[in-house]
Amino acid sequence: MVFLFYFLSAIMVISALLVVFSKSPINNVIYLIICFIAMAGHYILLNAQFLAVVHIIVYTGAIMVLFLFVIMLLNLNKAIIPQKSAATRILAVVTGGIFFLVLIAATRQTFVITPRYAFTSEIGLVANVGKTLFHEFLLPFEISSVLFISAMVGAVMFGKRDHTSDEL
Amino acid sequence: MKEITSAIQLIPLQHYIILSVTLFSIGMMGVLFRRNIIAILMCLELMFNSANLLLAAFSAYHSDPSGQVFVFFIMIVAAAEVAVGLSIVVMMKRNVESVDINLLNRLKW
Repeated sequence: MVFLFYFLSAIMVISALLVVFSKSPINNVIYLIICFIAMAGHYILLNAQFLAVVHIIVYTGAIMVLFLFVIMLLNLNKAIIPQKSAATRILAVVTGGIFFLVLIAATRQTFVITPRYAFTSEIGLVANVGKTLFHEFLLPFEISSVLFISAMVGAVMFGKRDHTSDEL
Repeated sequence: MKEITSAIQLIPLQHYIILSVTLFSIGMMGVLFRRNIIAILMCLELMFNSANLLLAAFSAYHSDPSGQVFVFFIMIVAAAEVAVGLSIVVMMKRNVESVDINLLNRLKW
């Protein structure tokens, strides 16, 4: 089972790199879906079964389909967008590498983890997550509905054709 | 089934930290690397998910479900963010006929 961790990690890192480096937007979405499915496997390994199901439904089922829908609606799979200049691209890779090294160095020895509770493998079941969600986090959960309504209103406002900006 | 639920005790937490740091760096590199605004949004999703993975890992190591509730909230915020972001992409395509972020450089100065 430890093998499974390294297998899923390799799939995730390779497909994440392909998201960055492949040119066609459709391929980007497909690689990102592969990455997210591997991440759902990680959630199952982490005993977060509820999160694994929600991750598959929300990310690969809704968000990625939304991305695909917009790409096909705007007909972007044929649109050629020039890449950034070579110097900028090399600098981006170098910046990412340096950021990676700094984070690794910062987190390498600082954490001495002593678990708060004794190990149980049942924390991620729907019953336990639901109890925590509706006892301790009930108010944030209700407030997030306001966030959703404002996001819906914002999306409709942006999506509506604006008659005052025709002269731009 | 028993091996899967107890596999986490065999994997050190450092490895999860390294994995999510790697994913976050790749996402940040992608934001700097690409000019297509949709690809930049996808790299943002990658960064969101590396944070999610780390929260779930800490939650599993402490056997405390609060971290998983936080992941749930981050998913809510990500869904709202994607809805607004993609509608901005549609609006941009309609106004400037492209999804190249270099055409939106008027906000830079």
